Amino acid sequence: MSLKIIVLAKQVIDPEMPRSAFQVDRENRRVMTPPTLPPVVNGFDENAVEAALRIKDSQAAEITVISMGQSFALDVMKKPLSMGADSLVLLQDDAFVNTVDSFGVARALTAAVRKLGSFDLIIAGRQASDWDNAQAPLAVAEMLNLPSVTIGRKVEVGDGRVTVERQMPEGTEIVEAPMPALVTVSNELGQPRYPTLRGIMAATRKQPTVWSLEDLGLDAGELAPQVETVDLYVPVTETDCEFIIGEDDADAGRLLALKLREAKLV
Amino acid sequence: MTDSAGVLVLAETEGGVLSPTAAELLTAGRSLAEGLGLPISLGVAGSDAGTATQEAASLGVQQVYAAEDGILSDDKPELLLEAWAQICRQTNPDVVLIARTMAGRDLAPRLAVRLGVGLAQDCLEVRVDADSGRMVAHRPVYGGNAMAAVVCNGTPQMACVRPKAYEPMEADESQQAEVVPVSLSLDESMAKVKLVERVAEESEGVRLESAKIVVAGGRGLGSSEPFKDLEVIAGLLGAGIGASRAAVDAGWVPPSWQIGLTGKTITPDLYITVAISGASQHMAGCSGSKVIVAVNKDAEANIFKEARYGVVGDWEKALPSFTETLRELLG
Repeated sequence: MSLKIIVLAKQVIDPEMPRSAFQVDRENRRVMTPPTLPPVVNGFDENAVEAALRIKDSQAAEITVISMGQSFALDVMKKPLSMGADSLVLLQDDAFVNTVDSFGVARALTAAVRKLGSFDLIIAGRQASDWDNAQAPLAVAEMLNLPSVTIGRKVEVGDGRVTVERQMPEGTEIVEAPMPALVTVSNELGQPRYPTLRGIMAATRKQPTVWSLEDLGLDAGELAPQVETVDLYVPVTETDCEFIIGEDDADAGRLLALKLREAKLV
Repeated sequence: MTDSAGVLVLAETEGGVLSPTAAELLTAGRSLAEGLGLPISLGVAGSDAGTATQEAASLGVQQVYAAEDGILSDDKPELLLEAWAQICRQTNPDVVLIARTMAGRDLAPRLAVRLGVGLAQDCLEVRVDADSGRMVAHRPVYGGNAMAAVVCNGTPQMACVRPKAYEPMEADESQQAEVVPVSLSLDESMAKVKLVERVAEESEGVRLESAKIVVAGGRGLGSSEPFKDLEVIAGLLGAGIGASRAAVDAGWVPPSWQIGLTGKTITPDLYITVAISGASQHMAGCSGSKVIVAVNKDAEANIFKEARYGVVGDWEKALPSFTETLRELLG
């Protein structure tokens, strides 16, 4: 029997954008980006797609990617398909505005997972690079009463169990959980594979399934935020850097050491 | 127990003793409790909570809710999660504070859903808004490029607070909180995730999180080789050694060296960075440093915006003389 894997992926503002392009619209509590800057699939979610594909490399598996948003750049969100995922489900509705919190997002994702039917494993990135909450996947696990393991660097499946190697502050930890289960992964998993030309061609032909709020059997009230953003601002840093200038770089290195001594820092 | 626990700090334990993060949460919790006119209490759960309970009793709280059950263990986070949920249900807190440790950041979102409320994750500061009488939590978003102030609508209001964001509350042996036992109903079937193995990474040297001085290198070093030079400097200064995510992703140094949003958070007195550009991802893990020193060839690098002392130049030329001078000064 083929293993059913669901990957949760989010479309985000490109975190690698130049800092000068990053602007906060404080009044509307949102981040503004130049229209020329395309969004990307959240980096850790690409690691999640890669984790699913590595499982599929060694056994029969079917990978469905689910993403939720108000609108999508379809060519961007098709990237997991061109990497090798089988299908894409987009939860798209005008109600999915950016004031919906992680718990509302989790409710919609949970409804979509249920609607898809049976599954063995859900994989998600450890956190999204926009709000950095690291809580929607865990909330999904709680709503579906699934065991959860976070920050995996290696994910293996066998005998109805998932085994995860986790990156810990002082080493690694290996844990296992019975499936169905939810696992989040981190960049330590390694570089996500590049789409092949064949993958890109196949992805072009695939059309995503699109589900609205109503399709998910939810009403807008169920997405009412439990956590509200009341302000969004750019933190002020007020350090004046004293530049150490010497005759050349080597001299500057010497003067820096003397300066640190003078300031009683070493 | 129908009285509210007020501001409840859920404390983790490490080998039976209170995690140092508990005292930090109490500093945050006390200012909230004063602002909200509520009592402050601490909840602790473990197979043997006696020592932790005693420690907690002298930390300026009104009550310590002590939940003991022999099946609780550091390896079984799902049991701790359910224990925390049961403590909350029995003590009706208005505010719950959890430390954003490896365990805390995983348990807090599930606890919030279990209690039917929201969670302010990864907070640097929690305050009371005088007008609304609600907690306002400030948290970094967009990799630290922006800060969001968030409010939780339900009760309890929950926040997961970043370690080291607050100074720890000092113990005062003359104070003795009332210890209230909480009875738990747990069973082994709740623990589905099993620990198979823990592999500690070989680490000589100083722990990054507690180091007074940290030396770190980034992408600009170009390979693993120059980190040996940084190790020499770290050795001279008794410093911990770290790296940016770029250097870790390149495979030059082990993942445990990573400082930043998805790595370690450091708060040294002196942080010396070499060839680190200072992307917000990185700064999120080191902005609590008292003095940052930067050596970088790019004068426009973001690191200089947060550094106290800077050298714009080639590290290959600046480091040997820097090291030699340090050696003379300290020798």
